[in-house]
Amino acid sequence: MKPLKRFIDRVRPNFEEGGKLHAFHSVFDGLDTFLFTPSATAKPAGGVQIHDSMDSKRTMIMVVLALMPCFFFGMYNTGYQHWLACGIADKPFWPLMLYGFLAILPKVAVSYIVGLGIEFIMAQIKKEEIQEGFLVTGILVPMIIPVETPLWMLAVAVAFAVIFAKEVFGGTGYNVFNVALIARAFLFFAYPAKMSGDHVFVATGTQLGYGPVAADAYSCATPLGQIATSSGQGLSLTGADGSAIGWWDAFTGLIPGSFGETSVICILLGAGILTLAGIASWRIILSAVAGGLLMGWIANACATPTYPASYLTAWDQLIYGGFAFAVVFMATDPVTAARTTTGKYIYGFLIGVIAVLIRTYNNGYPEGAMLAVLLMNAFAPLIDWCVVQSNIRRRMKRLTAKTQQQ
Amino acid sequence: MNIKIKKGLDLRLAGALTDTAIAARVMPDSVAVIPDDFPGLAPKPEVKEGDKVLAGQPLLRDKTYETLKVVSPVSGTVRAVVRGERRKIERVVIEPDAEQKSATADSAQSAIDLLCASGMLAMMRQRPYDIVPRPDRQPRDIFVTAIDSAPLAAPMTASLAGKKDLLEAGARFLASATTGKVYLSVADDWSLGDIDGAEMVHVQGPHPVGNAGVQIANIAPVNKGETVWTLDAVTLARIGRIVTDGTFDGSTLVALTGSEVEKPCMIETVMGAQLSAIVGGRLKKADHHVRIISGNVLTGTAEDADGYLRFPYRQVTVIPEGDDVDEFMGWASLSPSKMSTSHTFPGHFLRKAFSPDARLLGGRRAMIMSGQYDKYMPMDIMAEYLLKAIIARDIEGMEQLGIYEVAPEDFALAEYADTSKMPLQQIVRDGLDYLRKETE
Repeated sequence: MKPLKRFIDRVRPNFEEGGKLHAFHSVFDGLDTFLFTPSATAKPAGGVQIHDSMDSKRTMIMVVLALMPCFFFGMYNTGYQHWLACGIADKPFWPLMLYGFLAILPKVAVSYIVGLGIEFIMAQIKKEEIQEGFLVTGILVPMIIPVETPLWMLAVAVAFAVIFAKEVFGGTGYNVFNVALIARAFLFFAYPAKMSGDHVFVATGTQLGYGPVAADAYSCATPLGQIATSSGQGLSLTGADGSAIGWWDAFTGLIPGSFGETSVICILLGAGILTLAGIASWRIILSAVAGGLLMGWIANACATPTYPASYLTAWDQLIYGGFAFAVVFMATDPVTAARTTTGKYIYGFLIGVIAVLIRTYNNGYPEGAMLAVLLMNAFAPLIDWCVVQSNIRRRMKRLTAKTQQQ
Repeated sequence: MNIKIKKGLDLRLAGALTDTAIAARVMPDSVAVIPDDFPGLAPKPEVKEGDKVLAGQPLLRDKTYETLKVVSPVSGTVRAVVRGERRKIERVVIEPDAEQKSATADSAQSAIDLLCASGMLAMMRQRPYDIVPRPDRQPRDIFVTAIDSAPLAAPMTASLAGKKDLLEAGARFLASATTGKVYLSVADDWSLGDIDGAEMVHVQGPHPVGNAGVQIANIAPVNKGETVWTLDAVTLARIGRIVTDGTFDGSTLVALTGSEVEKPCMIETVMGAQLSAIVGGRLKKADHHVRIISGNVLTGTAEDADGYLRFPYRQVTVIPEGDDVDEFMGWASLSPSKMSTSHTFPGHFLRKAFSPDARLLGGRRAMIMSGQYDKYMPMDIMAEYLLKAIIARDIEGMEQLGIYEVAPEDFALAEYADTSKMPLQQIVRDGLDYLRKETE
């Protein structure tokens, strides 16, 4: 790696203030610090002399790594659902993977190019280092949208989210709302026809010219979509080929849905990686599951034909739709979640409750996880405020007790 | 009284002491007193170049409290009063005599006057603000620590052997300066028994268990308007010496530690000794840059080889500097030699000693991970929120969140572990200075 290092050191002056390529300083700096650990050392006085090896780059990469099981499964499942839709009985592994890969590749590329492009420009303007937050956002966004989302919509949504949900607040670490979910919500409210219904979750055409084509009139909704539009008690869920699906299909993930969200097994793998690495808070995940189960149980106990989703058991509520994915990868975003220990329990619990609440009692939104996380993002500072107040009150009480004694 | 803490971390660093026997006795060619080591003190010189001084004789006085002195650790000749920008006194350099003589303190003064005149008060700290105690504020309690839990530090008991009488004399004397108690915190290795005049506090747990802040937080936190003093047991023994026979004892035991030291050992020298006398000839042969730290790796200061031993440290740590290392994609490394609190590094699970260098190992970011600081602060302080209040210069917030209870050193471990590489101790120091300026 010596020659590479020498090359970087040689071209560095061009990117410094006054250099020919100064306009690309942020890009150069981002690449340099990505390739070589910065040699900047601790200040001589007034601070620690050694630092932990963990940094923000590794943190973000760990999240991307934790997303990989879901990502690869999403590739397979996209192909699998498409093959089902085309009515082909034979399901060869590699063509399915290739089809899914070709379906997701342009979306990941667009998401990263648009998002990182904006990040590079902002870093250059603010004369700061490039922050790694978008590494995660960039892969999350394609994983939580329907496979048939047009690329231009994705580009608009990512640009909107990065600028208005992150950069206007000051960048990574300052945003109030989860950036990936803002992109999702933007699409959901700006282009509702492309974000829900029975024509978007299963790919019907070829991907970059590859793969079979489904029949023109083909349609299939996600399980939660089917529930929301069903009437009465005879709830039967069907997969992409019209056959019945049950909880096991939802658990393994071979059901229609957004790219990365379907497989609970893969999500659990990701949750394991994140919690063992100490990056996601197990408190949030645990309490969100508890909240979802409790609300699911209540809804199921008072099941009524008016709200068909109430016929789902509490367990079903956890494994269908985006609940598990949102809880593990969205709710645990440390920047937008509650930051105090007690606050995390409350925050997670309410996400679980509200996700199921929206899902069950609002037929307009078959999936409530996204809105639940965004809503709690808004309330997280309030929850933390209350927890911090209790610490402050304890201190003030001590002070008054002391003054009364004297 | 017993205190057991769970939060905290003992860093496993290479270059630990293997035994605490004194390996060498050195008298350096020059000794310095550095005003920056006495925060809150506005120094005025009491001596000029060429003056002869005795050990314990004042070198500096405070501008506001003129009786408050900083004294010379040795007898000798003042070689220079070094001034920096805007005539700030950077250090007073003394050339020690071959034969050491001490000034004799006048013990017929009030306790506080004696502490001020003998330079002993300057060797303590007060909370709030973590500064040299104000002589006109009577302390609610006095907290003495007899444990040094910092990374690679020598056990403080090594410096206290045979000084039980002095500790008791010091404790009894300090008890007369406060309306409250004198607490003495000791670890399991304490062998001197109960110290008369002090309330014994037995503490257990990882670093920062030896910090006065932890002790205060678990016994009686500092409320707004209260003042407490903190000092270590070595200073207490010096106070004992002053009140017993009026002499000043400037000698000190220094632990020379760190991965770049050939054979970590204990060296007897004097306070403020030039580092070259301590490290000279005792480092490994290295073709990379090294960092000589006066103090420990968490709170010490990096010095040149011709720098000086800073107060209040009894330790010199030498580690690799690291500015000459090219590490390819260090953030992706799975090398077992990388030290981290994160489970994503294999080294975390190995029971081995690490040799970290002084690099930041990442870029500075905004606070991203939550709850990270609290793991290393065994105090009822919401670190993140206090830091945010400090950064925002929100005085009411700082007071409510307990800034009067903390010192920068309480945030040292959190600063080490921080993935965002924020300068937490500097933030707290600036916050304390700001608050003091605004409220006094």
